[in-house]
Amino acid sequence: MSSVVDLIPYARFLGVAVEDKDGVLESVLPFRQEIIGNARLPAVHGGVLGAFLELTAFLHLFAESGAERAPKPITFSVDYLRSAGAATTRARAEIFKLGRRIANVRVVAWQEDPSRPVAAGNGKFLL
Amino acid sequence: MAETGRRYALEAIFGPGREEMTSYTPHAHYLGLLVVETGPGFGIIKLPQREELIGDPRRHVIFGGAITTLIDHASGLAVACALEELVPVATIDLRVDYLRAAEPAVDLFARADCYRQTRNVAFVRAVAYERTPEDPFASALGTFMIGANRTESPMGQLLRDDKDGGA
Repeated sequence: MSSVVDLIPYARFLGVAVEDKDGVLESVLPFRQEIIGNARLPAVHGGVLGAFLELTAFLHLFAESGAERAPKPITFSVDYLRSAGAATTRARAEIFKLGRRIANVRVVAWQEDPSRPVAAGNGKFLL
Repeated sequence: MAETGRRYALEAIFGPGREEMTSYTPHAHYLGLLVVETGPGFGIIKLPQREELIGDPRRHVIFGGAITTLIDHASGLAVACALEELVPVATIDLRVDYLRAAEPAVDLFARADCYRQTRNVAFVRAVAYERTPEDPFASALGTFMIGANRTESPMGQLLRDDKDGGA
């Protein structure tokens, strides 16, 4: 899966890496200056968090669906739950419906504590 | 827009091509986002085309997440331009619909309009496009909490600098 990440220039741009946690794909967004949205807090840019969630959903779906073509996003929605501070952000996705043409994917991102998510996403992809 | 008679806190600061808002936000600077236009309750942001934003190298198409960032930023700007007094704002949620693939190798734009504002919540519509907002490749809806927390928004500094006659 890390090879797929390497093929996506935007994933490299954000500095996203993927890890295999007991067979579950977990993506990692290290904190750095370039992803800050609010320099005073500091906090990760909301758009970056949204993009990170979407990327995680995409990577997870691409890996799990066994599709040859990359799934195309139809719609993606993000709930911002807490300010994401100066720490590594992690995310995991879950496919809750894999149809013939459309897949529904949920994804959650957190920092230190998985029970305190910073953002949650919901995406529909065309397979 | 003088005809509306509406005032907003950031009115004095923005003009075409001015990049103050984006330069106070490291990620916006990193992406190269530029403020193209602002008015009462709306903002237009430009994302200059660059190789790093591609999602699918074969088709040369931008990754959807980069569009989310562009739209999120334009939406925040629209809310800031709807406020008569600048207070911290936090995104509650944002939904982006991908209507078609964005054209490769051209600059992209997002226009966001804050079409409704209550005491606590601002509602925003946005579109992303290459040439005209009438032919968008993505459309979005967002909600924002007004007066989100006590922590300063990056734009507070901006207003102070302007008063001080600084950058």
